[in-house]
Parts: sequence; structure tokens; C-alpha cells
Amino acid sequence: MADTLTGPVPEVPDAIPEFPMPRAARCPLDPPPALRDLQERAPLTKVRLRDGSEPWLVTRYADQRALLGDPRVSADTDSPGYPSKAGPEGGEGKLSFIMMDDPEHARLRRMVTAPFAVKRVEALRPAVQRIVDDLIDGLLAGPAPVDLVEEFALPVPSLVICELLGVPYDDHAFFQDNTRTMVHRDATPEQRGRAAREVAGYLSALIGRRIADPREDLLSGIAARVTAGEIDHGQATEMALLLLIAGHETTANMIALGTLALLRHPDQLALLRESDDPGLVTSAVEELLRYLHITHLGRRRAVTEDIEIGGRLLRAGEGVIMVNEVANRDPEVFPDPDRLDLTRDARRHVAFGFGVHQCLGQPLARMELQVVYGTLYRRIPTLSLACSPDDVRFKHDAFIYGVHSLPVAW
Amino acid sequence: MTRPMSGPTVELESDKCVASGQCVVAAMQVFDQDDDGIAILLDERPAPALLDDVREAVAVCPAAAIRLVER
Repeated sequence: MADTLTGPVPEVPDAIPEFPMPRAARCPLDPPPALRDLQERAPLTKVRLRDGSEPWLVTRYADQRALLGDPRVSADTDSPGYPSKAGPEGGEGKLSFIMMDDPEHARLRRMVTAPFAVKRVEALRPAVQRIVDDLIDGLLAGPAPVDLVEEFALPVPSLVICELLGVPYDDHAFFQDNTRTMVHRDATPEQRGRAAREVAGYLSALIGRRIADPREDLLSGIAARVTAGEIDHGQATEMALLLLIAGHETTANMIALGTLALLRHPDQLALLRESDDPGLVTSAVEELLRYLHITHLGRRRAVTEDIEIGGRLLRAGEGVIMVNEVANRDPEVFPDPDRLDLTRDARRHVAFGFGVHQCLGQPLARMELQVVYGTLYRRIPTLSLACSPDDVRFKHDAFIYGVHSLPVAW
Repeated sequence: MTRPMSGPTVELESDKCVASGQCVVAAMQVFDQDDDGIAILLDERPAPALLDDVREAVAVCPAAAIRLVER
């Protein structure tokens, strides 16, 4: 070895890794190899973002849960040190309470928790089942191949949100068209912006109608808060828009990615399709939430008071990024983490985050995925990919990870 | 179901609750939700057969609002 002859190698500090990191070309459903490497070697380390800032990257499950549950971190994008998600898609808007801290966050969040209670969500299951069955009827009646993203994965959550918010049936087509444009791969930023304004204007008007004439739906609940003077009409609209945005593309991408993952694991797909055990669909949803990832840019926070964790000192004013996909592959918590095993107990995954900001809609998302995964492959048992696996394009640069399209046939 | 006279006690701090409902999914016989989704404790001294479910509820509660005090 050269250094034994010439003396010690001069100390060159490890270059600070850049974040986000690329995935391995052949493994688009696995976390980037560099993330796995850091989890093993340097579970709490600084990374460099596109804007040149250097927040901490937290890769282990236990550290992520501890920090996401710590009141000394802030979710407010204006807090000093908050790691910006700005990238090719531009900056992120500041949307209602998900980017606020307690107590204001808790005050606003509690206004919309009721419809997501487990029993209320369960009561929506027959409506969701009908939505899914109708869409599958439509697929089977039409020609194949089709793009599963366009014809199924995006419409399911859009129609479920209509049901939840109380969008009248006659307006579903308008709502569907505009929400599709808001997330469409070929839409220009101007078209997306215009569609978002159309939807916001529509929701604002509908809240106005519910203020005048309340019903038993979520928008009427929000409208009642306006009437009571707890929030203004603008905040109410922003809240409704948040529920739409948070529940639409996320669920859609889980439907498409879940289908792709199952097609790549035919033994697991067969198990899901043929099992008589109703518990298997439930555990399959948890395992797919663990195994897959859509929030690939991670949960981000700013440190507001110094925190000692894992032998490191995170200082006030520094940023932290918790990438749930690598926590969900932490071998300390999930043995043999890279194996997709629908029978494993994966309930402790952090796909919905952790702490006071944990996804508000997760009971609804779980139920929707249970209906979808429990129905689609049984009703179309010969479902298969209609393109070469290498031609599936992944949304590496989007805020929410997924596939641009998923051509399928049967 | 017979209620044990002694054994672990469940403690719920409802002011911490963020209405995720995960405790209800994990241990439906021990937890419920009020009209706003906030957790309610149905049984503070559950039967031994339910304790694994309660431990799961403790583990998945995002707000660390549930404790199982083993005595």
C-alpha cells in the first residue's frame, strides 16, 4: 500500500453527497443505493441540495421517528434552515396547515379530522367499491391496451374525493377534467396553473353554497367553520384544495406502482388474487406502502432548538430531511427488507410520515388501496404489462414519485 | 370477557391525539374515536389476550399519546 511507504494519506474530507440521489437503473422500485450506503455507514449526515444548502439527511427508522415526533422541529417552510424542495418543477406552494406548526396547525387540522375517523371511512367503502367496479367495467368494455394511470389510477382517487367533499354528480366531469390537467405529464405549467385556479374557484363557490345550505359532507363541515368565524372563506378553500392535492396523485401513484410491483412479483400477485383470507389484502396494502415510495423527496423540517441525536448535534437553524423509503427498508425493523412479502407484518412503516403531521387522510388512502388491490387483479386476472419493462418511465424529477404511464392489457 | 383485577394499564393523553385512528385499527376493543376523530379509551385494563394489540397501538400512534404501564 502506498501510504505505508509515503506516510499517511492526507486527510481529505468525504465530499458532501448531493440529494436527491439517483436510483439504480434496473431497480426503480428500490431506494437509491447511495441512501442504503449512508444508512449503514453514516445514518446522520449532511447532504447538499440543488440550492447549495446543506441540511442533515436522516436515514434510520428510529432516528426518523424520533425527529418527526420532536416538537423542536418545524414544518414551516419559512423557518430558518427549512430545506427547500425547489427543483425542476419550481418551488412548492405553502398550502394550509401542513406547513404550519402547533398550535395553529392543530387548530386547523382538527377542523377536518372527523371525516377521516376509521368508522366514517369504513362507511364510504361501498361507494369506493362502486367507483372501482364502474371504472373496471369501463376498462373491460373498451379496447386494450390502455394506460392504467390515465384510465384507472387517477380517476379512482379523484372520484373518491368528489364523494368525500360532496361534489355533486353533475360536476364530476368538470372536476375530473381539471384535476387530471393539474397533474398531467403533458400539461404546461400554465395549463396546470389554470386548472388549479378553476378547481379552487369551483371549491370556493361550492363552499359558498354549503354555507347557505349545509349538507352532511366534508365541505359543509368546513363551511360551518366559516359561519362560526373560525376561519375565513379563503382559508376554507385552501383547506379543501389541500385535501384534494394530498389525496389525488399520491393515491394514484400507489395504485400504478403497486400494480407494477405485483406484475414484477407474479408469486405475490397470485397470492393476493387467489387467497381466501380477507386479512391478506389488508397486510398487502401495508407491505406495498412499506416497499414502495412516492414521497421520495422526504419529509423536511427545520430545527428550532438544538437536538442531540445519534451522537450528532443538530443545531437550531439547520434543516433535516427524513426519507421514509429508506427507513422502510431499515433491516433493524424489517428483516430482509428488500423482499416484497405480502404476508409480513409491515404496519409500523412510515410511508405516511410520523408525528403530528402524519398524513391526515391515511385511513381513507388505506381503504381505497384495499378496495383497489382487492378488486382489480381478481376482476382482470390476466392483467399484464403491454410494453417492455425497460420502457416504463419513472417520475424521477416530480414531487411525487410514480410512473408517467402504465400500458396494460389482458 | 373477564376483566383482570390487576395487570398493565393503558394511558391515553387525548390532548396529544392527532386523530390518526391507528389505535382503533390496531385494537378496536380498547380504543374508539369521538365525533372529531380524537381517540377514546374504552378499556383501561384490557384482558391479556388484547395486550399485543395494545402494544401495536402504542407503536403506531404517531403522536406518542398512548402508553401501556406494566405493573
